[in-house]
Amino acid sequence: MTEVTATGPAQVPEGQAVVEFSPRLLQSPEHELCPGCGHPVAWRVVLEVLEELGLANRSLLICGHGCYTQMMKLSDIDSLQCLHGRAPAVATGVKRMLPDTAVLTLQGDGDMVSEGLHEVLHAGARGERVTALLFNNGVFGDTGGHLTATTVLGQRTKTSLEGRDPATHGHPIDVARLLAQLDGTCYVARGAVNTPGTVARTKRMVRRALELQMEGAGFTFVEVLTMCPTGWFVPTPEGPDYLEETMSATFGLGELKAPGGP
Amino acid sequence: MTRRLMEGAEAIARAMVAAGCRFFAGYPMTPFTEVLEHMARLLPEVGGTCMNAESELEAVGMAWGAAATGTRAATGSVGQGLSLMQESLSEICHARLPLVVLNMARGQGDYHQATRGGGHGDYRHVVLAPADVPEAVQLAHRAFWLADVWRNPVLLVGDYYLAHVQEAVDEGVADLPPVPDKPWALDGSTGGSGSARMISPLGLAKRGDPSFVEYGRHLETIGDRLAAMEAGVEPLAESIGTDDAELVVVAYGTPGRYLRYVVEELRGEGLPVGLVRPITLWPFPSAAVAAAAEVARAVAVYELNTGQMHDDVRLAVLGRRPVSFIGGLSFDNSGFGIAPELDVERLSARIRRALDETARTAAPA
Ligand SMILES: Cc1ncc(C[n+]2csc(CCOP(=O)(O)OP(=O)(O)O)c2C)c(N)n1
Ligand code: SF4
Ligand SMILES: [Mg+2]
Repeated sequence: MTEVTATGPAQVPEGQAVVEFSPRLLQSPEHELCPGCGHPVAWRVVLEVLEELGLANRSLLICGHGCYTQMMKLSDIDSLQCLHGRAPAVATGVKRMLPDTAVLTLQGDGDMVSEGLHEVLHAGARGERVTALLFNNGVFGDTGGHLTATTVLGQRTKTSLEGRDPATHGHPIDVARLLAQLDGTCYVARGAVNTPGTVARTKRMVRRALELQMEGAGFTFVEVLTMCPTGWFVPTPEGPDYLEETMSATFGLGELKAPGGP
Repeated sequence: MTRRLMEGAEAIARAMVAAGCRFFAGYPMTPFTEVLEHMARLLPEVGGTCMNAESELEAVGMAWGAAATGTRAATGSVGQGLSLMQESLSEICHARLPLVVLNMARGQGDYHQATRGGGHGDYRHVVLAPADVPEAVQLAHRAFWLADVWRNPVLLVGDYYLAHVQEAVDEGVADLPPVPDKPWALDGSTGGSGSARMISPLGLAKRGDPSFVEYGRHLETIGDRLAAMEAGVEPLAESIGTDDAELVVVAYGTPGRYLRYVVEELRGEGLPVGLVRPITLWPFPSAAVAAAAEVARAVAVYELNTGQMHDDVRLAVLGRRPVSFIGGLSFDNSGFGIAPELDVERLSARIRRALDETARTAAPA
């Protein structure tokens, strides 16, 4: 049995301070996600970029089904909730009717890569002028920790009890690499939120993607590797390092495709 | 008003565009393909968009997105494609979005799919079933009107025959009352105001939204709305000879058109037969069927399947008269479910047989 230890308030090094901050577009900092979950950090970055680019009142979020769906309820952004796996098609209908609006889709790995892989590939191939966000934690977090199409080899889940074994469960899909090959995509990048450095780099990726969308350049895609200590069955404080050693090591971070080369 | 000779598929497409449809998405499958082709040509001419979707899942998703912006949108397919769309159709009902959906069916095997649906949860869509091209044009207008008035998908059911028969049609815009505004439509503009809009099939709402209701209440509200829709949408039916018929035949769509002819012929010979042709399949015109059954000794249902609308007719008659099934599948190896069943001689023979049976068995009225 895992020992549970209270982590207590953060230890603040000499000369530094913790300040309260929250993006203006977040209507409430009180969410229902687990301690140590990476989704709120990733979503905060998106809200900050929308605000900084002045897109708050001309953006529309199309959200799938997963733990991140909670973020939609807390965000002061026009939102359309669709089915599990179907956000890219719904976003297509929205963007074609509202070409000047920043259209974002938010999906998890279960939503986008397991349930709806064809949708995102077709939207990418069509060069649909939307920004697709993938919050990839390598599991179905919402259902309680099950194998998805991006679960890394060796990962224990409730449906891969001894760890993902390629002989039984097959290999994880690197959807960013698939998308980068399509002529219709113009920007494909993968970030993470397990350290302050990766958060800052992820924010630059989201910004670039939205800028390119507003220039009408083509399909833009940002994958963010997020912690799910609950679904990974690891102690909460170990989430960030665990992400680094498993998911970042498997998929790698950075821009896979950008105008003028990554 | 000028009348033009037109194939049904083109007439339906033109009527949808005239009704203000500006977004259409579909995946080819005969005889829906024919409508899709016309929409691909017509919509760009009026600044609209027609998408050749990569599957019916994408088609209905795209239409969902367009509808959420307040655009008059439509999609469709044949029964198989409609099967794929069921998950989205029930969610679109729950999200209260107007949408028009075509089922250019093969035969009439999709009656249960159309009127019961294969999706999840409590939901219904209005179902309109034209028997000829001029009626299809009128009902296409009505479909968009009903969808907007009730903020609910409306299904228009046709078939191969309807898609390909050429008839003279009057293309005037149907005279329907104005529809409500769409303050719910999303355009991205309310973000940052403190009260951004959201549309959710699950009844999710932004934190602090005063209109938020708990999930259980949301589901109850859906039930209330279905009851209101069932009571509020006018049921439509055509009745022939039902004030003196001893045998009432019930048929819809293309078979309804054939039976209209056959019943008139038989009545010309002095035979006491009548017809009720449901035009709305949901809400079902139960009152019209019940009134005809009241006068008659027996009711017979003709449809091109093994007996589906038969259920609704029995529910309307509620055991007061015998309700027999005189329809059946129509196989001609084309797969389109038209010939050889739809033959005036065969239909007359069936009705005569049913009438004889009625005379032998039914209690005097
Ligand atoms: C059609 C359908 N199948 C299954 C589900 C159940 N479901 C809800 S959330 C979820 C998992 C979501 O996983 P992911 O997208 O990776 O999000 P996470 O919770 O990990 O952030 C599933 C399978 C559903 N809502 N709809
Ligand atoms: S289950 Fe995982 S993804 Fe869901 S809230 Fe908990 S940590 Fe986050
Ligand atoms: Mg996940």
